Amino acid sequence: MTTASPALDHGHASPHADDHGHPRTFIGKYIFSRDHKVIGIQFLITVFFTLALGGLLALGVRWQLAYPWKPFPILGELLWPESGGVMPAEFYPMLTTMHASVMIFLVVIPALTGAFGNFVIPLQIGARDMAFPTMNMLSYWFMWPALAFFGMSFFVEGGAAASGWTSYAPLSTVSQAAPGSMAGQTYWLYGLLCVGISSLLGSINYITTIVKLRTKGMKFFRMPMTTWSLFITAILQAFALPVLTAALIFQVLDREMGTAFFLPTDLSINNESAGIGGGHPLLWQHMFWFYSHPAVYIMILPAMGVVSDILCTFARKPLFGYKPMVLAICGIAGLGFIVWGHHMFQSGMNPALGMTFMTSTMLIALPSAVKTFNWLGTLWGSKIQWTTPMLNALSFVSMFVIGGLSGLFMAATTVDIFIHDTYFIVAHIHYVLFGGSLFGFFGGLYYWFPKMFGRQMSEFWGKVHFLGSFIFFNLVFFPMHILGMGGFPRRYADPYWFDTWKETLGMNRMMTVCAIFLGLWQIILVLNFVLSLFMGRKTDGNPWRSNSLEWMTPKVTPGHGNWGEKTPEVFRGPFEYGAPGCEDDGYLPQTAPPVSASESHG
Amino acid sequence: MNKFWIALFATVPIMAIAFFLIGMSKGNGLWLPVNITSIGEEIDHLFWVILALTGVTFFGVEAVFIWFLIKYGGDKNPGKGIYSHGNPKLETIWTIIPAGILVFLALYQYDTWKDAKFKVNAPSQDQPVHARVTGGQFEWRLTYPGADGQLDTADDLEQVNVLHVVKNEPTRLQLRSRDVLHSFFIPAARLKQDLVPGMPNQQMWFTVIHTDDDPSQADVHEIACAELCGWGHYKMRGFLKVHETREQFEAWFQDALAKQNATTEDLGLPE
Ligand SMILES: [Cu+2]
Ligand SMILES: [Cu+2]
Repeated sequence: MTTASPALDHGHASPHADDHGHPRTFIGKYIFSRDHKVIGIQFLITVFFTLALGGLLALGVRWQLAYPWKPFPILGELLWPESGGVMPAEFYPMLTTMHASVMIFLVVIPALTGAFGNFVIPLQIGARDMAFPTMNMLSYWFMWPALAFFGMSFFVEGGAAASGWTSYAPLSTVSQAAPGSMAGQTYWLYGLLCVGISSLLGSINYITTIVKLRTKGMKFFRMPMTTWSLFITAILQAFALPVLTAALIFQVLDREMGTAFFLPTDLSINNESAGIGGGHPLLWQHMFWFYSHPAVYIMILPAMGVVSDILCTFARKPLFGYKPMVLAICGIAGLGFIVWGHHMFQSGMNPALGMTFMTSTMLIALPSAVKTFNWLGTLWGSKIQWTTPMLNALSFVSMFVIGGLSGLFMAATTVDIFIHDTYFIVAHIHYVLFGGSLFGFFGGLYYWFPKMFGRQMSEFWGKVHFLGSFIFFNLVFFPMHILGMGGFPRRYADPYWFDTWKETLGMNRMMTVCAIFLGLWQIILVLNFVLSLFMGRKTDGNPWRSNSLEWMTPKVTPGHGNWGEKTPEVFRGPFEYGAPGCEDDGYLPQTAPPVSASESHG
Repeated sequence: MNKFWIALFATVPIMAIAFFLIGMSKGNGLWLPVNITSIGEEIDHLFWVILALTGVTFFGVEAVFIWFLIKYGGDKNPGKGIYSHGNPKLETIWTIIPAGILVFLALYQYDTWKDAKFKVNAPSQDQPVHARVTGGQFEWRLTYPGADGQLDTADDLEQVNVLHVVKNEPTRLQLRSRDVLHSFFIPAARLKQDLVPGMPNQQMWFTVIHTDDDPSQADVHEIACAELCGWGHYKMRGFLKVHETREQFEAWFQDALAKQNATTEDLGLPE
């Protein structure tokens, strides 16, 4: 292999020691950077903004559910002066649509695969950078047009997309069907296409990097779980995304060019012909969910990996069942491709297919169960250290149990007849994506912050942040289960004019108040993050006494190229806490030379 | 401080129980609504089976989780945990048992699902449908075949938002959409079916077997739209009116038909 690209250089006697021959201008170093660490941090900081945006949209939804048709505080007067600050009914579906779209595509995916994927993968496998640094830079910069399209869509005629984050045709494809289906929907589609390009660039990069650039001794089964999960996630992305991309382009064509992929024959909406037709609305659903079911795993698997790494570090124990854990991830990814129809049980799809999809969906619960048991096994006989990352990781486990079990109700086709499109599914997805993915993200943030910036975030404020987030999260989202059992429908601007649901107003108010606190509580996280950048306790390179490779960089915060003269050599797995020859607290890093004859052959 | 965090995690199952108790005691939107159909009874039964299984699993996992936190989280001294990479035997057991339960759960749904959704299981297929439900932005139209038993003929009865059915009679409906997707949702029947433009012969069927013992109650239940259909999605409120006997239904029907014909004549419209 030639060493034309610095990233492809495995680095034995590398000409590529730290910090020379690299961009020294501010723009080259921090803006259009090709360094995986800088790109990871860029994703991270961007996510703080999108998280705030998505959260604000969620509070709009919550406000309407608690105080329907009451002036929206502060922003209301500004946005809707003609109604005295009351949000119009057309705006409500825009809120739900854009809240979900922002949180899924601009928060959770970039936070886990973008920020952690970029920062952590090369460090955990002992690479100098990603395989394709320029592609990596582009994957970050494609997030911005996505953000711009989403943002601008609020200001175009008709307003932002309003047909749900699922954008079911023909509501989404026929412009007279809804105000948001005018220009806003097109912007939404373009935004999503940009996210897709970003994800695809990232995933090709991750796969190549992990396959080709592992340092000496870093066998596949010596990789930490974060890298494993991101590896499988990247494969999942690469295979699922093309289908979504095709579907998005079909929808653009249906809207702009008069094709009829999703349009049935002779449809007229609002007394206006919608077009010639000949297509089928369910085709969109099939294509959309073929990507978007795996997308749920794209959003949760990396968090599972992060949590596994954190649990081992602070349990001072090897991961219970490392290979089964990897297999479980592979199982989830494989089965993830044949369960998409569980979103369509009531859609008019042939009910016989419903039975197949139910069976495969039930089976996909199995690897999730195995993972949970293995996390419990990891805690067994451990020495728990109650750090902030550990608290968030433990919370992931306890929330994921709820999110996993509630999934069974919807996997069961018959019970799903009743709870489909009610708040039960809203509860479920938030336990998985907030209780799961976001708590995993918080944990990872506290955990890797010292490696990113050489300082530690305040443990005290970290714990305060965790405490409030945990309590308010549960008070907002747990009641959604019982609302769902009452049949409370999602995406209703005003459910209270139904007798069936009018008495849920009190419960909804309580949830909204807690949601406001949950939102405000995140200010603590932001302040802790910003202030710790400058005032946090300075650390050595490995404040948590972790064994895995990312903590073994020669500098506290690794420079360009990460590893100095030579990339490190690895002699054992990432979780060998307590192995023979370790230190008192179980510390035995991956790079420590073999302590016994048997290990040197392992 | 360790005890504090352990206590915090222990509040999760307590909170779960608390909210379930609130829901069950309040009813009214926070718990399963009344059920009036035979298929609803089957669905509720399956709901309870899953609730029991997941409930036991949840409390089991939480108990072990909190027990481990107490047992292994109390110690302040840094140290190392047990050096173990797992236990293949144990792992095999906890893979096979849930696998069995999950497959059972799937198979156990099949019969009810077929009853609810397979058209071959729909009752009275040789007879005309009871009514056609047409969803449109933002109302339900109900079309009843008149004396000729045929839809789209002159003696059809057209109604808006209120569906009339007869107790103890299998009721088969034809569902279609006039514009975008809608979903015909009768919470008290536990049934829901999307209405898809381009699929004009979706069907739903059920038999109402319960009415209120109190004759002063009107036996009216709400119908909702469960698939986002535009800004007025939440406005698609309909009603299901259950008649105790066929005669009562017929009386209402003839009366409604007469009113319809009267207005048609008033307007001078062709029949
Ligand atoms: Cu899914
Ligand atoms: Cu609707």
